[in-house]
Amino acid sequence: MAERQLLRGNEVIAEAALRAGCQCYFAYPITPQAELLEHMARNMPRMGRTFIQAESEVAAINMVYGAASAGVRTMTSSSSPGISLKMEGISYLAGSNLPAVIVNVVRGGPGLGNIAPSQCDYFQATKGGGHGDYHMIVLAPSTVPEAAGLTMLAFDLADLYRTPVMILTDGLLGQMLEPVELPDPIDPTSLPPKPWATTGAAGRDPNIILSFDLGPENLKRMNEALQAKYREIRAREIRYEETDVADADLVIAAYGSTARIAKSVLRMARAEGLKVGLFRPITVWPFPYDALRAVADHVSTVLTVEMSAGQMWEDVRLAVAERAATPFYGEMGGVVPTPRSILNEVRKHAR
Amino acid sequence: MPVDVARMTKVFERPKSLTEARYTYCPGCHHGIITRIIGQTIDELGIAERTVGIAPVGCSVFAYLWYRCDAVQVAHGRASAVATGIKRAKPELIVFSYQGDGDFASIGTAESLHAANRGENITVIFVNNQIYGMTGGEMAPTTLVHQKTTTTPDGRDPATCGYPIRFSEIIATLDAPVYVTRQALYDTRRIQDCTKAVRKAFQNQVDGKGYSLVEILSTCPTNWRMSPTKSNEHVANVVTQVFPLGDLVDRG
Repeated sequence: MAERQLLRGNEVIAEAALRAGCQCYFAYPITPQAELLEHMARNMPRMGRTFIQAESEVAAINMVYGAASAGVRTMTSSSSPGISLKMEGISYLAGSNLPAVIVNVVRGGPGLGNIAPSQCDYFQATKGGGHGDYHMIVLAPSTVPEAAGLTMLAFDLADLYRTPVMILTDGLLGQMLEPVELPDPIDPTSLPPKPWATTGAAGRDPNIILSFDLGPENLKRMNEALQAKYREIRAREIRYEETDVADADLVIAAYGSTARIAKSVLRMARAEGLKVGLFRPITVWPFPYDALRAVADHVSTVLTVEMSAGQMWEDVRLAVAERAATPFYGEMGGVVPTPRSILNEVRKHAR
Repeated sequence: MPVDVARMTKVFERPKSLTEARYTYCPGCHHGIITRIIGQTIDELGIAERTVGIAPVGCSVFAYLWYRCDAVQVAHGRASAVATGIKRAKPELIVFSYQGDGDFASIGTAESLHAANRGENITVIFVNNQIYGMTGGEMAPTTLVHQKTTTTPDGRDPATCGYPIRFSEIIATLDAPVYVTRQALYDTRRIQDCTKAVRKAFQNQVDGKGYSLVEILSTCPTNWRMSPTKSNEHVANVVTQVFPLGDLVDRG
């Protein structure tokens, strides 16, 4: 942990992926994640790794499917409209139990939307997005240094659970320059073997990668195995951060860039005598329902702040279960909430 | 007189690279012949332990059942992209995709074309039977003009449906592909030619030469509503008029 550099979020995610041993990266250009793709294009060939600018996001995610089948660490990245195109492939990755990392640098939507920061893809990331009963682990960094750590973690979780993992960030974090100490590269030879991978059936029975079974009873069993895996992930991998929650009367629930902005509101509110805390999910799937419910038991209000029309808000209300008031403040279309605008909302609801 | 099996010489057998799983194909369909040709080729080149096959969506969705090698079943049309991912991740593997006309030349158009254009060192087996067999006989991109299918009940009308697409010819315009050929299986001579072509397409990959495509004109007696014999005659007399046989590119 020696190097301290000033880097953009997109570059940090790219560099952390390389240090996590990402061997193959496939993507299609889209703003605001282009720096990520370009970092990979500059660095991977000279490292002897595979970079392909794919013909489409559909092709890129299927190249990921192939590289993951062959047992190497692999990643793709895009932004909202491109992630929609990857949804077919993500469903297949989940159904075939393949580890892969997908980065979504979210921008304003729906449709072509714009290239400004947004959190409007929360539903798509956490509730499915593609077809079928599946989930991804979804990690939502709030700062550039955290993006580095969570990118490393994403590859480990993907391998551990044989599942696609999404890093859900936005154009604000992607474009923001911050000082960051990059993690040390892992030793790829230290990674656990993947005996299930299609590496050639030498001295063993053939390995088959599939998400398919025509028999309902068999497919039901495959689905039950997936759900068992998700239960295990829910039990072990929930991550969140609480700030100034212990004595709070009002807690802001926010993730990613918005949580970072909300954090600066805490000082402003406390200066006015308002007891305000922050609850920040780091895994938005699995969502920290129980932890937030425990918080809701001792506050009067959980104010959700998001750059969307209220997508995480649904999970917050599920968690709070009417133990506290659950107002919502959101911005859309690439408008970023300011500390001042969040403070105004806090004043409305705090005692 | 009882037959003494022990004294008999075996002159023909199942390729070792094929499993004993039963084909799910209809009687008279050529998929079985193609599967056997590939199995035999894998045997002859001694590459079973480093081959990965890619099963598409369509009648050959179960292709992973028939080869005694690693296999990946993939989304409709994406086989060439998945093949790219596997081959780039592990260049020592021999990667082949097995794709029908709908898979390769319709829904997978972009993936098929660009894998060829990058000159991926893979082998693509493109089975062209001019129809969607698995879903009930709908129009394929390769369906002949005036051919009746369940979605062109009055025959394919070029005014609204366009013409059969000669995808191998399109790929042959690219600079990267090493070998592009169209073969058929309607008689033993064509089966022998096709076997040679498939072998060459795999050998090219083993030799690191690059992208090889073997299009094979196949039959669908069930959805064509023809007997197997009539289907073979149809390929020989009609289909080859639209899809001429032979090598389109040979830079090997």
